[in-house]
Parts: sequence; structure tokens; C-alpha cells
Amino acid sequence: MTTASSKANKHTAVAHQNKKAIARRNLRVGLTFTAPALIVLAIFVFYPAIKTFITSLTTDRINRSGKFVGFQNYIDLFQSDDFWTDVINTLVYAVLYAPIVVIVALAFALLLNRKDLKFVGFFRTCMFLPFVISLTVAAIAWQFILSPSLGLVPYWLDQLFGIEGLNLLGTRETAMATIVFITVWKNFGYFMVIFLAGLQGISAELYEAASLDGASAWQKFRYITLPALRPTFNYVVIFGLIGSFQVFDQVFILTSGGPARATETIVYRIYTEAFGNGKLGYASALSYVLLIMTLIVGLIQLYTNAKHEREEIA
Amino acid sequence: MSSATISAAQEAENKRINAENERLRRKATTRRRVGLGFSYLALILVTILMLFPLIIVVLVSFTPNEITQTWPPKLIPSAFTLDNYIDLFGRLPIGRELLNTIVFAGAVTIISVFFDSLAAYGLSRVDFKGRGVLLGVLIATMMIPGMALLIPVYKLLADMGLVNSYLGIIIPRMADVGGIFLLRQFFISIPKDLDNAARIDGAGEFRIFAQIVLPNSIPAILTVGMFNFMGNWNDLLWPLIMTSRPETRTITAGLAMLTGHGSSVTPYGVVMAGALISALPLLIVFFFVQKRFVEGIAMTGMK
Repeated sequence: MTTASSKANKHTAVAHQNKKAIARRNLRVGLTFTAPALIVLAIFVFYPAIKTFITSLTTDRINRSGKFVGFQNYIDLFQSDDFWTDVINTLVYAVLYAPIVVIVALAFALLLNRKDLKFVGFFRTCMFLPFVISLTVAAIAWQFILSPSLGLVPYWLDQLFGIEGLNLLGTRETAMATIVFITVWKNFGYFMVIFLAGLQGISAELYEAASLDGASAWQKFRYITLPALRPTFNYVVIFGLIGSFQVFDQVFILTSGGPARATETIVYRIYTEAFGNGKLGYASALSYVLLIMTLIVGLIQLYTNAKHEREEIA
Repeated sequence: MSSATISAAQEAENKRINAENERLRRKATTRRRVGLGFSYLALILVTILMLFPLIIVVLVSFTPNEITQTWPPKLIPSAFTLDNYIDLFGRLPIGRELLNTIVFAGAVTIISVFFDSLAAYGLSRVDFKGRGVLLGVLIATMMIPGMALLIPVYKLLADMGLVNSYLGIIIPRMADVGGIFLLRQFFISIPKDLDNAARIDGAGEFRIFAQIVLPNSIPAILTVGMFNFMGNWNDLLWPLIMTSRPETRTITAGLAMLTGHGSSVTPYGVVMAGALISALPLLIVFFFVQKRFVEGIAMTGMK
């Protein structure tokens, strides 16, 4: 009996040692495979993220070091009206862009998902095409089309409705909405393709069963399509929102933040403060405010996702 | 007799039901046809809206500037010219900028797809301690806005003397978290039986990665590669800041310089010619990989 138990002990000891050896080996292999990417990310993402925070506590300029000032840059930011203009502009852009791009993408995905439709591939490619070209090219094209002195759109509006000298990008009230429109035009095809895949993953039997029960088209959409698209929705909304906090290229080419700061977003301001005025400390503080805004949105999103999943299980 | 009446009544009832069914079916067909008609109408209108700016770019690039710059504007120009392209080549070293863009976007794509897939293999196939923490950290970094990192990255590269060099614009882009996650998600779906069979045959981890996991992940690799290529080809801010000299400047940055940052010093015809040349190589690549790329994107949104 004693020999048996000692044998068993020996066995567990060996198993334990094996386990440890496997764990060590896995750690070594895991680190070897992730090392190249991790080194790049450490130098060009982790380190800069910390460095930006440290710089945000100084009066560093682009060509010379400043002194440590604690949170003074942040205090200056929160007390400046221009900062709040930038924050509001960025939020207005995000709140307009994200829902519109999602709804337009879903609407056209539903249209393209009709079984009796022909030329689906052609339509899909056309709608996806603007996503492939650069925002620079897109912005140049739209700038020309909307130009009050040369563009076709103001000309047609003048001819059709008698609206003279319409300057969509040069007017305070319409400039941001125009930038949103151009970005939706450029990006919705991408989200549409994702929705389309989600729609094609829904079993046709569900709809047939609902039809037999006399469900209306709206009921089918509300109780079959929407719930089935939930994961797709989460993905699209979070990427739409995080992406919209980073809006830069459109503003840079189309309006340079104008007219009268009407389209100046946080990222555009970071660019002008850092690379125009050379105020690195101030620009870094702005960067961190943006980072925290993005993290808050990301965490809210993660939290609501987790909550929904819990509810679905319950 | 009574049975005859019943059957006659039944027949009449059947007829009525059939007629009613036929009516409903017709109604449904009409409704379906009208719906289909509206769908086509909406799709055609949007297709026109999607293509309109791109067509304008092509048309204006081949139109003499005197015509482009007269009011009222015309959709179909009355004359054709190649002058805008000749003018463009005089203003910008287009050949050099295209070469720079190919080197930059190409190198980043190849290296980053390799590094990302290595990392994705480690994070999906190897169960090592700290993997969960690492994944969490990587997810968090996806939320850091690129602009927040730009200043220290620029200073770092300036200290290393890498501003205005290929290395300088390529190195910081050699790995990206989005690509790692997309590939990881795909790798998870490849059955592990294959690895184990190879392992019994004495294959090392790298061989399993290169000979089993990679060949089974072509769609995902193509998608990540195309995203990388597109993103870097089209990127504006990064090359604009990192390359102040034409020897390393990319075509997209060159194009932005042409627009003179808001002021229209360059005639529109020339700008449009530049826009077309900058977009064309990417569009050609896109048409080659289009089907698989779109399928790959569809895959990324599934979970």
C-alpha cells in the first residue's frame, strides 16, 4: 500500500514536472512568436504613449525642451474657449457621422440582400469603390464639384431652385455637415459589405417560419434581422465612433478647420499646435484628452456589449 | 343526392379559395415587383452618386483649364487635352513619388503581414502564461489615437536621423494590432488536429506555422495585406510629416502639396490628373483582389 501511494506520488510529481516544462516551453514559444511585433509596438506605440503624457506636463517646443509645469497645460486647455469648440466640433461630427453611416450601410445591405436582385456584384463594387481611393482624392473631387465658382452642384441648384452662390464648405452652418456627407459617401460601402455578410448568415427558415405565423415585414426586420445583426452592429458602431474621433484628412484638405473654426476638430488642432505653432507640450495634453475620450467610448461600448451578452444568456 | 350537393358546394368553395389565393399571389407578385423596381431605382441613383465624383476627376483631368474655369460649368467638356498631364509631370516628380509609394506601402505590407501573423500564431495557438494580459493590453492600444503618438515617434526618428528616409517611414509601421487580431481570429478557426499530426511527425513550431497555418489562411492574409497596402498608400499625415523632400515623398503627400493646402494655386485640371495617377495603381490592385478582399472584410465583421 505504501509502495502504491509512493508510486502515485511519483506519478503526480512527474506529471507536475511535465506540466511545468510544458508551461515553460509554451512561454518561450509564445514570446518568440510575438516578439517581433511586440518590439515594434513597444518602441512605436507603448513608449510614445507614455512619452506623450510626460511631454504633456511640460512646455516643450518642437525645437527645444521646456520646463516641467505639472497639469498646467490641461488647466490652460480647459479654460480656453477654442478647446471646447474643438471638443464640440469633434462630438458633433461623431454624433452625425456614426449613426448616418450605419443606417445608410444597413439600408443598402438590405436592398442588396434581395434574392431576386440582379447585378449585385456590380452595385456592391460601385458602392465600395470610394472606400479604396484616398480621402485626399475624394476631398479634391468633392471640393471641385461643390466649388461655388466652378462646381456643378451649385450651378444645378441655381438652375433648379434659384439658390445662388451656394458655398457648402465655406459656410459655418453647412461646412461640418458637408464633411460628414463626404465621409459617409466614402466609407459606407465598407460597413455595407460587413452588414451584407451578417444578413447572409441569417437562416432563411427563420423568415419562412415568421411568414407562416403572419409576421409583417417590419416585425421580421425587428425580431429576426436586427437581433441577428447585433454582433455586426457592435463592431460597426465602435469602429465608426473611434474612427470619427480621429477625423483629420478631410478637414486638412477641404476646410483647414474653417470657416471661423467651424470644422476644427481635436486632431486637426493637435496638428496645427504641434507642427504649425511648435507647442509640443500643449499638443500632447490635447492628445491625452482625445485618448481619454476614445477610451471612455471604448469602455462604454465594451460594458454594454458584456451587459447584453449577460442578458441574452439569462 | 345529398352527397352531390355537398360536393358541388365544396367545389364552389374550392373555386372561391383558389380564386382568392390567385388574387393574393398576384397582389404579392405586384408588390414584389414594385419593391424590386424601387430597389433598382435606389441602387442606380446611389451608384451614380458614388461614381459621379470619380468620373468628374477623369473628365476634368483631360479638359483644357480655360474650359474648366469658365462659368457655367458643363458636365461633358467640349475639348480634350493632355496638357494637364504634361504640366503635372513638370510640377511634381511623379515617377519618383510613385516609386516611393510602392516601396513604402509594399515593404510595410510584406513585413507587417509577416510580423502580425507570427504574433497571431503565438496568441492563438500557444497557450502561454500572460497571454490574456497581453491580449488586453493590445486591445487597449487599438483605442490610442495615432495623432497622440505622432509627436514622440517623430522626435524618436529625428534623433535617429531617419526623417526623410525609407527606413523612417517604414519601421514604425512594421506591426499593427488590427492585423494581429484579424489574423488571430482566423487562426483560431483552423482545426488544431493538423498541428498535432505534424507535431507527432516531428515538425517544429515554425514549420507548423509556415506549412500548415499560413497556407490555410490565405483569405485572411490577403485581406490584412490589402488593408495595409491601401492604408499606407492613401495615408496623408504620416508621409507628410516624415518626408519633406521629394526623394522620399509619397504620391498622396505630393498631391496634397499640389492643392496648396486650401488655396487653389494649381489649376484644377492638373490636380485632377495627379489625383487620377495617384489612385490608379491602387484601383488596379483592388480589381485584381476585389472578390477575395470583400469576402475577407465580410469575415472581419462576423464576430
